[in-house]
Amino acid sequence: MSGGLHNMDRLREERRSWFYFAIGIAIYGWSIYGVGFDPIDLVRGLPAMGNLFARMWPPDLAYVPTILPAFLETIKIALLSTVVGGLLAIPIILLAARNINRTIWLVYTVKAFLNLVRTLPDMLLAAIFVAALGVGALPGVMALAIFSFGIIAKLTSESTEAIDPGPIEAMEAVGARKLQVIHFAVVPQILPQFVAYCLYVFEINIRVAAVLGLVGAGGIGRLLLRDMNLLRYPQALTIIIATFVLVAGLDFFSTKLRERLI
Amino acid sequence: MEAGEKDGVLLSAFLSGQVYSPLIEFKNVTKEFPGGVQALKGVSLTIKDGEFVVIVGLSGAGKSTLLRCLNRLVEPTSGQIIIDGVDVTAAKAAELRKVRTQIGMIFQSFNLVKRSSALRNVLSGRLGSMSTLDSLLGNFSKEDIAVALEALARVEIEDKANFRADQLSGGQQQRVSIARALAQQPKIILADEPVASLDPPTSHVVMGDLKRINRELGITTIVNLHFIDLAQQYAERIIGLRGGQLVYDGPAADVDEKTFEMIYGRSIRKEDLRGGDDE
Repeated sequence: MSGGLHNMDRLREERRSWFYFAIGIAIYGWSIYGVGFDPIDLVRGLPAMGNLFARMWPPDLAYVPTILPAFLETIKIALLSTVVGGLLAIPIILLAARNINRTIWLVYTVKAFLNLVRTLPDMLLAAIFVAALGVGALPGVMALAIFSFGIIAKLTSESTEAIDPGPIEAMEAVGARKLQVIHFAVVPQILPQFVAYCLYVFEINIRVAAVLGLVGAGGIGRLLLRDMNLLRYPQALTIIIATFVLVAGLDFFSTKLRERLI
Repeated sequence: MEAGEKDGVLLSAFLSGQVYSPLIEFKNVTKEFPGGVQALKGVSLTIKDGEFVVIVGLSGAGKSTLLRCLNRLVEPTSGQIIIDGVDVTAAKAAELRKVRTQIGMIFQSFNLVKRSSALRNVLSGRLGSMSTLDSLLGNFSKEDIAVALEALARVEIEDKANFRADQLSGGQQQRVSIARALAQQPKIILADEPVASLDPPTSHVVMGDLKRINRELGITTIVNLHFIDLAQQYAERIIGLRGGQLVYDGPAADVDEKTFEMIYGRSIRKEDLRGGDDE
């Protein structure tokens, strides 16, 4: 009898999965239709792509000294915004961790705030700051600092909630004050993760900083946009290759550093 | 004649204020955890200065809760706990911190910061008597460092001072945590199942350290144990807990297997013995 019931359940479950699968396909189809995706277009576009590449080749190496300052600006934007975001995150990490901040309503308020911060896309933030502060590197730094702050604070506070509670209990038992407990029992446990997350965010920031110029927020993206608009393709290719080298290089070092930390 | 002599001793002790003021007093202490679990059901007992007391009972009997009520890592639901004339249960935050600086605590899982050195772990025992600023800047005084090194020497691991805690064996880590408690220069040491994560020979080393410290420094020591052979070997006085109630309190010399069977409410099994004492 009960076996029959089980079979009924399984049948119902199976029917339900098919239903969700069908809905998924429908949404997918709707999206393809919506953006006008057409594989034939893609194939038809291939010669144009080849043509573009042919006009880009070879890259203009004499252009490198000209773009160097903009590249440095990109690195500076990424570095500065990561540092500012990381520093701003420190108090919030502690406020958002349930095992450190025992005022539960405050923990949830801070967590909600962090979710809100992370819903704003970085490029949108950059565009808003450009509108408010004018064209330049500063709006880029502001936008990426907020973005970095959101990610670092969320990830590190979640790591903080997973630390070994034993040392905290021991420090409370010796009569340590809250800040002493944090400094001696919490910081040593989360510092490696915190630094690793900062490096990870730095890797993301370098990529974003490279295209921030598209909305006028400084860095190499501004030159790329200009050269593409002026059809200076060999120069654009130089920027693209240089960006690739920069991102890959910094990624490599950052990853090595993170591996050593954890 | 014996009685008279004893009275004389007691009288002089009374006049010097030693014996008749118990160091620790539990008055009808209860603890109910959220969800309705009654961990302690009205425990009353007194412990005198300098005693070495072992609390025995099965896991869940309330040993750990009893110990943690003393420094209020667990808040008692009702009742009073007096330590050295101070009502701990009524203490406000600042006063409670002061009480806690007087009580060293040793845990089953050591509770060391694994990435910090042994010395730094021991120095953290000084935090209660340091200003926040000094401790955040790492400004430990010469005396603090001397106290910490002496504490490590007392448990015979001063040569491990600069090792990271996670590089040490379990027994060594537990001795670092004893040294951390000693660095507080406490009146009382609480040890919650200090040997439960150690092997039998190491268990004897750690129990021996605790007993020796109790004798050499006169620090009142309360140890939670569920191994009856260790309790009999090291305790002066044994307190038995069962289901959150005190069911036995007497000198360790008077305790036999029957007593333990009464405390545990069942016959004694192999896992109730630690063994491993070859001497």
